Amino acid sequence: MIVGAVGLIYSFIDAPSSVEEVQEMLAAEHHGDVDASQTASAADAAQAKNDHEGSHADHVLTQLKNKPWTAIYTSTLFFFLLALGAFAFYTIQHASQAGWSPVLFRVMEGISQYMLPGGIILFVLFVFSAFNMNQIFIWMDPDIVANDPVIAAKTGYLNVPFFLIRAIIYIGGWVLLSKMIIGNSRKLDNTPDMKLHKKNFKLSAIFLVFFIVTESMMSWDWIMSIDTHWFSTLFGWYVFASMFVAGITAIALVTVYLKKLGYLDFVHSSHIHDLAKYMFAFSIFWTYLWFSQFLLIWYSNIPEEVTYYAARIQDYQLPFFGMLALNFIFPTLILMNSDFKRINWIVIFSGIIILVGHYLNFYVMISPGTVGASWFIGIPEISSILLIAGLFIFVVFNAIGKVNLLPKNNPFLKESKDFH
Amino acid sequence: MASKVLQAIYTDDDILMEAVKAIRAKKYHIEEVYTPFPVHGLDKAMGLAETRLAITSFLYGLIGLAISIVMMNFIMIEDWPQNIGGKPSFSFIANMPAFVPIMFELTVFFAAHLMVLTFYLRSKLWPFKEAENPDVRTTDDKFLMEISVNEKNHKELTELVYNSGATEIKLKDN
Repeated sequence: MIVGAVGLIYSFIDAPSSVEEVQEMLAAEHHGDVDASQTASAADAAQAKNDHEGSHADHVLTQLKNKPWTAIYTSTLFFFLLALGAFAFYTIQHASQAGWSPVLFRVMEGISQYMLPGGIILFVLFVFSAFNMNQIFIWMDPDIVANDPVIAAKTGYLNVPFFLIRAIIYIGGWVLLSKMIIGNSRKLDNTPDMKLHKKNFKLSAIFLVFFIVTESMMSWDWIMSIDTHWFSTLFGWYVFASMFVAGITAIALVTVYLKKLGYLDFVHSSHIHDLAKYMFAFSIFWTYLWFSQFLLIWYSNIPEEVTYYAARIQDYQLPFFGMLALNFIFPTLILMNSDFKRINWIVIFSGIIILVGHYLNFYVMISPGTVGASWFIGIPEISSILLIAGLFIFVVFNAIGKVNLLPKNNPFLKESKDFH
Repeated sequence: MASKVLQAIYTDDDILMEAVKAIRAKKYHIEEVYTPFPVHGLDKAMGLAETRLAITSFLYGLIGLAISIVMMNFIMIEDWPQNIGGKPSFSFIANMPAFVPIMFELTVFFAAHLMVLTFYLRSKLWPFKEAENPDVRTTDDKFLMEISVNEKNHKELTELVYNSGATEIKLKDN
């Protein structure tokens, strides 16, 4: 039943996007080519006059070629990390032996199922980058490294084979542990065996230790290395806050949606209230980390560091400050009221705002290093969001539709159902 | 005997909760319940109006925020212009990031302290005030419920309270 409903949603979302996606790939490449040939021919004419303009046109050409890649990379990474954030939240429930949440386990597990397809797409994109089909990661281009002593000094860590090996370790480790934990949780439905429950407790603890180390390194590899010269010691936490709040928001949205359809009658407003509390709290946590990173760099004003924010404030003013409004001011004001956290449409509304805001956060983290000043949110960005979001919704609801939505035999189930 | 109160002592919070529900279901008015610790859900069971302390706290926070902004603007920009972080712009908005921690702290400071003071005033608490609770054991391990009674209903009510699991029942002049 759910699968049918979801298939419909999926085709709804995905059909226009896949057409558009083709269009996009053509249009964008085309667009890039046309634009580039224009600028290039203009540059050719100008080159006699000025060499500098020629190199600028080359630069813009690379940026425009990067644009569709950046768009698909941003949305792939965003949804993958969203699923990972939801799974981290789920393992925290196991590791802390939480009593309120077992009725929501199936929703969280469903969202986590996206990690496998999402991870595969992400890895394929990395391989494309590794073959220099785009310039998302400029340190992958040997010519640039040869001419840049700062990057050359980093090749011990930032080199293509080691990068791909690390990606395999991260994605493989996360997906493997998620399959084991979710598998145990499913098995618990059939056999009232407390061994499985205890096993999940241990596996979740192992996952969380593995996760917090690899997550931090992942954020350096996949996002921070785009601005290869720049570094921030807070970056891992900052990315974690963003993916965690996005994951919890996704859990809340899916829960409210399924409850509306009548599949989650055992979830009542207190559970929604708690999820909304987490959304509120982690929105503020994200802002805290965002500001902590910004304040120190702004205050000390060291050229190597401050260029990161200078590029964002000059070229990305609207998304840079816009995401602050979406991620901090709106959720704070809307979700502050205790009664509002129990009203479904308010949770949905603020949840959508938070997700858009955190997509923008990832966009602003990635784009300035790849597309630079020639950015705009157009067909490539929107259609790649639609494509990946469609895939995400399809995978998640497919996974949720296959299982019994109320986990059986969990020792905390009674407490969770009676939770008020 | 128009103003007499019935005092019932309970030894367990779950029994107390059930008793409160049973007595309210019979439409009696519970004046007050004294407990050694906060009992989750008791305010709802007693039918108390929801607290407005959260609203006052929000307003106090806004006051703190406003005061901090005015204060920082006067101290750091107008009265004695400061060169902040090597950026001598002397404008409030351009130096605003440096003031955010102070704005945050004063917001919390005002919200927290004024909220506590409001709570004291609203509950009529001040230094050296004599304790209001009728039985010292309510500060240890006993729960005490006060119900106002009159000539007509005190027998019936006593029976109800007895059946609800009270360990001691007293009738007191007010």
